[in-house]
Amino acid sequence: MLLPAVFAASFALAQASADKTAADKRRSGYQDMGAALQKMQDDDTANPGMLFVQLGQQLWAKPAGAANKACADCHSLADMKGVAARYPAMAKDGDKPIDLEGRVRLCRTVNQQAEPLAPESRELLSLAAFVANQSRGLPIAPPDDPRLAPFRAQGAAIYQRRQGQLNLSCAICHDDNAGKKLAGVTIPEAHPTGYPLYRLEWQALGSLKRRLRNCLIGIRAEAYPSDAVEYVALEIYLMDRARGMVFESPGVRP
Amino acid sequence: MRAGLLVAALIASIAGTAWAQGASPYTVVGDAISQPLADKPGDPARGRAIVANRSVGLCLLCHSGPIPEERFQGNLAPSLAGAGGRWSVAQLRLRIVDGARLNPDTIMPPYYRTTGLQRVAKPFEGKTILTAEQIEDVVAYLATLKE
Ligand code: HEC
Ligand code: HEC
Repeated sequence: MLLPAVFAASFALAQASADKTAADKRRSGYQDMGAALQKMQDDDTANPGMLFVQLGQQLWAKPAGAANKACADCHSLADMKGVAARYPAMAKDGDKPIDLEGRVRLCRTVNQQAEPLAPESRELLSLAAFVANQSRGLPIAPPDDPRLAPFRAQGAAIYQRRQGQLNLSCAICHDDNAGKKLAGVTIPEAHPTGYPLYRLEWQALGSLKRRLRNCLIGIRAEAYPSDAVEYVALEIYLMDRARGMVFESPGVRP
Repeated sequence: MRAGLLVAALIASIAGTAWAQGASPYTVVGDAISQPLADKPGDPARGRAIVANRSVGLCLLCHSGPIPEERFQGNLAPSLAGAGGRWSVAQLRLRIVDGARLNPDTIMPPYYRTTGLQRVAKPFEGKTILTAEQIEDVVAYLATLKE
């Protein structure tokens, strides 16, 4: 009994140093989809998320607000490479972490001095998708910022905690039962690899926050208000859990 | 031996008396609730419809069962086929009411409990997932699943 376990452990270690990806058993939701949807995600001319990326590209270059500045006036596109793969991060002079959509909204009001972009609005999601697309193919790489640690711990605690009338936790479905069928749906491992992503059920692009909200509503738990730090904490935890996995926005999901 | 069993049953029945809002009190003896929760006897046909309904019973999210017209069934839990052969009506009742009394780690939702839950969405607060009558219907249906 002991021998195979020891063997397996040393084998895993050897694998990890020899070839990181071969030992990595984590699966993106992408791998749990049928071949047709994978093809749709992979083909830029078929991926509906790319329409939002294109819209985002136009907005990126369009001056807005009292400052009459476009995103492109302050940032080079090259600077956006890798940003989405490391968010959420601490706001420069804030005491709370913000996710990518939060960062875009902040730039919009503070730097462009324009009217705020509503959560889940087409403009906000398109800008986020355009920025996120610059990280496609890169490994998820959360920053080693000690200020994030308490929020990551908060996210982990929420993830483990049972809640809602159905008394389920994220971990029950996404750790203990991932790969099994919840009615007709394969339960994915909940890696935030593809956000913002196009979901066929939504007929729209949606944020990771929207996905988390859906899962909370599914277990009949009180959803958090849209600006709640709890969502960002969960996002930090999920990104850390997916560290090293390939970032694939805009993803497609059923 | 017999006295010991009796004491155990008594303790279980005291501890098993739930006074929760939204759920009427019931008594657990051993691993079962022998008293029906409702006055009217359960109706198997209504019970089947509840089990099959994804937003009422939710059972087929996790379980499979002999309900062929529902194509999408879950595999997080044992099949309901044969449940009525494995368990008595009284045992089935407790498993639906609050399976956590038998297995604290169970993922099966407590269908007739409103306490000990966190952050329940407002429309469901203080309400059980199924009513006493619905649980009797479900139990009556499960009891017909002999194999
Ligand atoms: C009862 C099971 C269940 C619970 C509990 C649950 N989820 Fe999910 N989750 C799913 C299913 C099923 C999907 C697949 C989406 C779909 O098609 O409905 C999903 C999708 C996701 C995804 C998207 C993965 C992807 O590839 O895009 C994330 C992220 C996620 N869940 C996170 C969470 C978090 C965080 C919690 C707790 C707050 C949670 N889930 C609770 C069942 C659950
Ligand atoms: C979220 C998942 C989930 C849902 C929803 C669910 N169950 Fe279960 N159920 C389980 C699991 C898992 C078990 C296995 C025993 C355990 O873990 O405690 C179980 C056990 C049972 C058993 C005893 C199993 C046996 O040995 O035959 C019965 C009967 C049962 N469930 C009926 C139902 C009915 C009826 C419903 C809906 C009204 C339902 N369940 C909803 C997860 C679920």
